[in-house]
Amino acid sequence: MSLRAAVVDRADALACDLDLNHVKEWLAEVPGRKAAGYLPVYAPRELIAAVGMLPVGVHGGGDRLEIIKGDACYQSYICHLPRSVVELLLAGRLDCLSAVLFPSTCDVIRNLSGIWKLQKPGTYVRYLDLPQVLDPSIGVPFWTMEMEHVLGELAELAGCEDPKGGLRQAIADYNAVRERLQVLYAHRRDRPWDIPTAELYLLMRALESLPAQTWMDLSADYLSAIEQEPGRPRDNCRVVLTGAFCEQPPLGLLKTIERAGCYIVDDDLLQGNRMLQGPVSTDGDPVQALAEAFIYTSVKNSVIYEDDPDGKRNLMKTRVEAARADGIVFAAPSFCDPALLDRPMLRAGAEAAGIPCIAFKYAENTGQFQPFREQAGTFSDSIKLWGAG
Amino acid sequence: MDCFIGIDLGSTTTKAVMLDSHGEVLGRGITNSRSDYDRAAEVAKTEAIITARFNLLRREVEKVAGTELLEQLLEAFRLEQLLVQLGRLEELIHDEIGGGVSPDLQGAAREGVEHIFRKIRHEEDARFNANDRRRRSDFFRDIVGSAYFRLAEEIGNEGGASFDLLLSLYDKCIILVENEPLELGFHQHIDPALARIGEPPAARKGVQEAASIPLNVQSSVGTGYGRVRLPFPKENIRSEILCHGLGAHMMFPGTRSVLDIGGQDTKAIQIDASGIVTRFQMNDRCAAGCGRYLGYIADEMNIGLHELGPMASKSTRPVRINSTCTVFAGAELRERLSLGEAREDILAGLHRAVILRAMSLLARTGGVDDEFTFTGGVARNEAAVSALRQLIEENYGQRTLNISPSSIYTGALGGAVFALRGAA
Amino acid sequence: MSQLEMKKDQSMVLQKQMIASHFERLEQAPETKEPVVYTFVPGNLTELIRSFGCLPVLPEINALQSGMRGKSRAYIREAERHGHSEDVCTYVKCDVGMMKSGNIGPTGTRLPKPDLLLLSYTGCYTFMKWFELLREEYDCPTVFLHVPYQGDGVLEPQHRAYVIKQLKEKLIPMLEQISGKEFDEEALAQRLAWSSQAEDDLVAVLEAAKNSPSPIDSYFGGVYYVGPIFSAFRGTAEGAEYYKLLRAEVEARVAAGQGPETPSGRLDEQRFRLVVEGPPNWTHFREFWKMFSDEGACVVASTYTKVGGTYERGFRHDPKDPLGTLADYCGGCYTNLNLPDRVQMLCDYVTEYAADGFLINSVKSCNSFSAGQLVILQEVEKRTGIPGGFIETDLVDPRYFSPANIKNRLESYFQMLAARKAVA
Ligand code: SF4
Ligand code: SF4
Repeated sequence: MSLRAAVVDRADALACDLDLNHVKEWLAEVPGRKAAGYLPVYAPRELIAAVGMLPVGVHGGGDRLEIIKGDACYQSYICHLPRSVVELLLAGRLDCLSAVLFPSTCDVIRNLSGIWKLQKPGTYVRYLDLPQVLDPSIGVPFWTMEMEHVLGELAELAGCEDPKGGLRQAIADYNAVRERLQVLYAHRRDRPWDIPTAELYLLMRALESLPAQTWMDLSADYLSAIEQEPGRPRDNCRVVLTGAFCEQPPLGLLKTIERAGCYIVDDDLLQGNRMLQGPVSTDGDPVQALAEAFIYTSVKNSVIYEDDPDGKRNLMKTRVEAARADGIVFAAPSFCDPALLDRPMLRAGAEAAGIPCIAFKYAENTGQFQPFREQAGTFSDSIKLWGAG
Repeated sequence: MDCFIGIDLGSTTTKAVMLDSHGEVLGRGITNSRSDYDRAAEVAKTEAIITARFNLLRREVEKVAGTELLEQLLEAFRLEQLLVQLGRLEELIHDEIGGGVSPDLQGAAREGVEHIFRKIRHEEDARFNANDRRRRSDFFRDIVGSAYFRLAEEIGNEGGASFDLLLSLYDKCIILVENEPLELGFHQHIDPALARIGEPPAARKGVQEAASIPLNVQSSVGTGYGRVRLPFPKENIRSEILCHGLGAHMMFPGTRSVLDIGGQDTKAIQIDASGIVTRFQMNDRCAAGCGRYLGYIADEMNIGLHELGPMASKSTRPVRINSTCTVFAGAELRERLSLGEAREDILAGLHRAVILRAMSLLARTGGVDDEFTFTGGVARNEAAVSALRQLIEENYGQRTLNISPSSIYTGALGGAVFALRGAA
Repeated sequence: MSQLEMKKDQSMVLQKQMIASHFERLEQAPETKEPVVYTFVPGNLTELIRSFGCLPVLPEINALQSGMRGKSRAYIREAERHGHSEDVCTYVKCDVGMMKSGNIGPTGTRLPKPDLLLLSYTGCYTFMKWFELLREEYDCPTVFLHVPYQGDGVLEPQHRAYVIKQLKEKLIPMLEQISGKEFDEEALAQRLAWSSQAEDDLVAVLEAAKNSPSPIDSYFGGVYYVGPIFSAFRGTAEGAEYYKLLRAEVEARVAAGQGPETPSGRLDEQRFRLVVEGPPNWTHFREFWKMFSDEGACVVASTYTKVGGTYERGFRHDPKDPLGTLADYCGGCYTNLNLPDRVQMLCDYVTEYAADGFLINSVKSCNSFSAGQLVILQEVEKRTGIPGGFIETDLVDPRYFSPANIKNRLESYFQMLAARKAVA
């Protein structure tokens, strides 16, 4: 087996591990270890790692899970993510999580925090209001205070005596991760044929349940694999994929888009991993450093209030230019409020800048790709025909 | 004798059940709902009364003459009934030829129609004489239709009136027959039927005894989709949920959970030890997961609905299907086939997907703690039943699963019990 | 739109006048130079806004009024034509559509442009996007007031302080800027005193439903009762007057042992006492109400009437702590409560109001309300032992109101309750 295949297989196995067996193995290695989950889009997982717990992203069951109880809890007009999360939750498959953080992504995730409280009274459940006001005089103290609070409670849960020290280490670890992700994303932007998005996605997905150090090794292997086995360029157009920041599309959808002739050169898949753009300062109070990083360097995302109307109007243009893309694929989960309410504004901005766009909706368990194939294929053809000039 | 009737006006079929004052089922009737609910209710009710008479007859005749004679009489009666309807259908078709067919085609058409009806009568006689008791559809439309089409095709092939012409005549007139009140009652047909089997004295005596028992309908309760159209006072109208629960309880007194998957909707019901509904849930706006979905699939595959189950049952490796969205049913199927997946495996996956939706509805009402009854059209589909059995076991452990061959009457039975209880 | 007429109470007539004159004043605002502030019902800071001489506009109220007046269908279509997804909240689309069609308000007068969008973010994510969208049309400042969610069931002290800080550092300076007036704490305190008075009376009105028969319908009637206090009239003398009158009316009914006016006449005979969770449907409001009143069902408590404040739990605006009380108010709106709290509130209602049943009207639009409602249902059933009913509609999208379907469910539910009562 090639190195690339080995890395991808490993990552795929982690993504498919709905019972979190690899988390359980990690827990069993040292008695007393604990793991804490967090929901999309962004939760400061440094806080979890700081107290010695393993941060685990909770992303539902994708297309690998039959849903019964999840549908018993959600009406048909709600997105799919919470169904599969509840299905896993009620089957006890997430019981290895001693704590779960629910960032203020949307009302679905918010209410899910209450469901968790009802169903698992023994678990530490915390709803985390992200700082919606990015004005530093208001946002920094608020977010610092929120994180202080959570860090304190997690430390107590984990029996950790020096959470701040732990946090400093965690920040350093995840700074390395952030840097590595930037390398990977830049590489894909420059040579998308080397890094199919489906692979990048799996690699990032692995980061959602591996300790930072372990993931650094895995991603290093991947980087050497692409050096050893570079891909061959194809005559594809280049697109930014946006709207898929929470409920994740099935792998088949990503593959379909790329096979239909559209290289994805920027995306917001698992965006929490890249929420903070710059490195977090390792000087001074670590909680405040983390808070400042959010206020000053977080990427724009539909779940955070945009204070500047022009910011919203120009966002897609900026992203397209940075990625040297030809067009935009708006791909949102069905019934996803943040993505779908934002779409008309983002799209208007993009179209005003003359950027070609297509839009569709998916669910994490969509099993049919023909319509996407057709749309993406036509899009790519039309860009190649008309867009080059 | 006092009796009590429940009528279930469903969107496709209308059912009636008649009880005696001890709650014993006396008779049952079923007919197509058509567009005319009043008429459908009337037909189903008449049917129920006829079968009630026969049940009384059975009690009486069996005493004196034994079952064989009774069965013969029943067949003869059905034949008489059929012949009346057949006569009326032929009459209407002739009228239609006179009024709606161009003169140059009329001759051939009449000739063809006469031939067809002659042949059908002949075949029915032969069937009776051969003592052929194989079960067939309860509907006149189905019994006559299949023979008519076959014969019309022969005529068309042999250069007589065209098949299309004969078919359109049939289509037009069968609806009229279904919507006409015909004399189908016990009293009208029992004498010719007796004559047909040679007036055996034992049977005649039994008939007289049975016929002389007055059937006094004390109370009727209506339920089902079209219930509001019934000319009943409000307190004699019950929701199909309540009737279904009670009906299932009557059939299987140990039942605590009921699942009904019909063409248009799915219901999950929990009942207590006396058949009173304690919780229920129905599917939402979306028809995914209802019987209709399987109908789309059958259409898409160009096979009969009843063939789906057997085909799916052959599967060894069911495919995982995540969506039962009716809008995408066809596309999903084509995509799967184009991926090289076997028909039976896809079908098995589709059946499981339909049942998964129903399982969620059940879970909304609290799941399956105890004995469980499955009703509705989809309960006749073996692949659906086996998917359900498996999923119930996976999720709730071993449970008794009841399916009654007469499950289609569940709602009407519940209605009749309400009529009985209400009158008490 | 249904044409179902019903008798109007005096308070209803007064309310209509109040609203009409408010909209007239709004229409004249460009001339009178009264600054206009758009804001949301949950967490609306009417006293503060008015203390600066500004006029509030509540887009949700306009949307629901458009729904009641049969205009929402066209508005929603308009918004969807502009690229809005069919999946999202129809209040937003109705409002956007109204704006794109000339911004004629519910009473037929033109709505003024906002001088400020006050995005008081209190328990609904959509609010954020809603004002981001409006901001695209109006070139005016927006203040985002971030009210933390009661994730752990209380407004944590540090969160309360955070809200006060924003009021002081962000909102008040902005209001000073657009109004050209200085913050006047005394004027605010006077308004808060009026609020508190009206709140006392409102609570008395809502709690009168503990009587049997209940003198009010706390859902369909309730939405009228909370109208003034949820919209522009909290913290006004006329608002306080209105509630005094309303309370007297209700107390008179209690003394006379009378029920409320409903589309089926005065409901003195109340067969079922219900608790309802979820917003109503506005496009078929009367028709929907009649499905309840025809069956003798009276809603004795509802959560929807708490979206603008949960006063029956003891909260009152406190003139002695003007900014702190505003923070408490925002944090305590129903939409800002966590799910376990909502469950508890429903259970308390069931006991305190001696309800026979509780029903969830799940609206497609609103994830804040709807996501998790089925869990609420199961949990309340478990804790109270009372079966819950579940129906699905939408706020202002008539495409999601299927009368036959809803009636069928409601009837089934009421009959189930009746059967339970009969056994008990
Ligand atoms: S997919 Fe969208 S609506 Fe669903 S939980 Fe995620 S952000 Fe919320
Ligand atoms: S989502 Fe719900 S709370 Fe939010 S604006 Fe729409 S209806 Fe109101």
